[in-house]
Amino acid sequence: MNPPPSALPGHTRTTGGYEAIPVAEGVHWIGALDPQLRNFDIILKTANGTTYNAYCVRGSAGVAIIDTVKAEFADEFFARFEQVADYAEITTIVLNHLEPDHTGALPELLRRAPQARVHISHRAPLMLKGLLKHNGESLDFTTVQQGDRLSLGDRHLRFLHTPFLHWPDTQCTFLEEDGILFSGDIFGCHFCDPRLFNDRVGDFRFSFEYYYQHIMRPFREHVLHALPLIEALDIRLICPAHGPIHRDAPLAYVKRYHQLAAPQLTNEAGQHAKTLVMFYISAYGNTALMAQAIKDGAESIDGVRVSLYDLQGGEVTPFVDLIEEADAIAFGSPTINGDAVKPVWDLLSCLTQVPLKGKLGAAFGSYGWSGEAVGMIEDRLRGLKLRVPCAGIKLKLIPTGEELAQCHAFGQDLARHLTGQAAFRVIDMTELA
Amino acid sequence: MPKAQVVFEDIGVAVTVPAGTRLIEVSEKVGAGITYGCREGECGTCMMKIVSGMENLANPSMLETKVLQEQMAGRHNRLACQAQVLQGQIVVAPG
Repeated sequence: MNPPPSALPGHTRTTGGYEAIPVAEGVHWIGALDPQLRNFDIILKTANGTTYNAYCVRGSAGVAIIDTVKAEFADEFFARFEQVADYAEITTIVLNHLEPDHTGALPELLRRAPQARVHISHRAPLMLKGLLKHNGESLDFTTVQQGDRLSLGDRHLRFLHTPFLHWPDTQCTFLEEDGILFSGDIFGCHFCDPRLFNDRVGDFRFSFEYYYQHIMRPFREHVLHALPLIEALDIRLICPAHGPIHRDAPLAYVKRYHQLAAPQLTNEAGQHAKTLVMFYISAYGNTALMAQAIKDGAESIDGVRVSLYDLQGGEVTPFVDLIEEADAIAFGSPTINGDAVKPVWDLLSCLTQVPLKGKLGAAFGSYGWSGEAVGMIEDRLRGLKLRVPCAGIKLKLIPTGEELAQCHAFGQDLARHLTGQAAFRVIDMTELA
Repeated sequence: MPKAQVVFEDIGVAVTVPAGTRLIEVSEKVGAGITYGCREGECGTCMMKIVSGMENLANPSMLETKVLQEQMAGRHNRLACQAQVLQGQIVVAPG
């Protein structure tokens, strides 16, 4: 398939001031610049904006579009595309990730190129339907899996199944003959510089690390699963969906992901012990007494190492790092005005930054009137997908010696669950709160 | 009311439940490791393994069957937010 004259090397046709930028022979960046953006997806600051990277790949038997852009930037995307190909030439649209910042221009692209076949991960169909349902639209598409290949004639796209980086649908696409990895959000960052290539733009190291910490860190295990698939490729260029294209030393960014996905802290407890990190806050010292008794109880069980922290004396960020490496976490809070207190929620609201699945959780606290805090914390822990094996313990005002013994037993019970020593139980559903 | 027993293998707890109970009504309260997302049979997060007693669960609905297919589930998998206990003993595990 021959390119239009405007796509030939040395020929640049501008449309509305937007240029398609050559990435390799027959491969162009046709994305959009968003320098004014200051907040992305609510959770990320973007100090100099971002880019929505989309690419056009020309093969002898067809043209492929890799990702699109946010809807508000569709005109920019189409203007750049029109410099390098005609809509009738598009045979393939690959969506590496269906979040709206990469699929906003899809409905209009499909209207202009109805013959194009959409290729998505096999985990993506429900999301694609969700994106298009408001227009009453539907379309046929092809789902792809790890290792599937697609021919563009003299060039071939190979798909890498890389789920949860950072949505279930995410995948990477590799242009085999050129060694170009279209990586989706992996190796991306929110950094806007029209010079586009990593060896020409400003210093984006902070943005790269910040993006990893907020987008990829919760999926650390999935990063570690995906990296071997990527490292097996002969990569010469990494084209992410946001931020600079990694032309200079692309493998350095792969290596950096390995480092970032490693634990933030080494496991102080060693391989044969389980770690329980306890956080408490106490208005009159009663919840603190409970915390100490629970700690003593847990530590009386072999193979458990307990750390106890007063939330009033610490910062959220290092506590999040501790929780990431812990096997179990427990929160103690008094009930004030029918709620757990704010420092507890402040920490609990930050835990989506780290992987939590498989950890145990527990709650306890002293109260004056009604004691709702414990149940609310337990609900939050379950919502975060922690396992809460022991019903939380709440005590009215000042604990007695007998009640502190209950706390001690609670700590032992939690530790037994943590170390796999809990006895088999047969109970009736009515016994469950 | 007819009863059934659900054994949560990962935590070593057997719970006697009335027939008709959905797994989601029990598993979190007992502290089992099955985790939930949408809780409405759409996201597939709560896919669990039926170690034994599949025949003691109600058949999956069309919705559950569709989601299981999309999640590339095996024949021993069900969604805990949808699976309904009918009788006998069912042994379950996360994943």
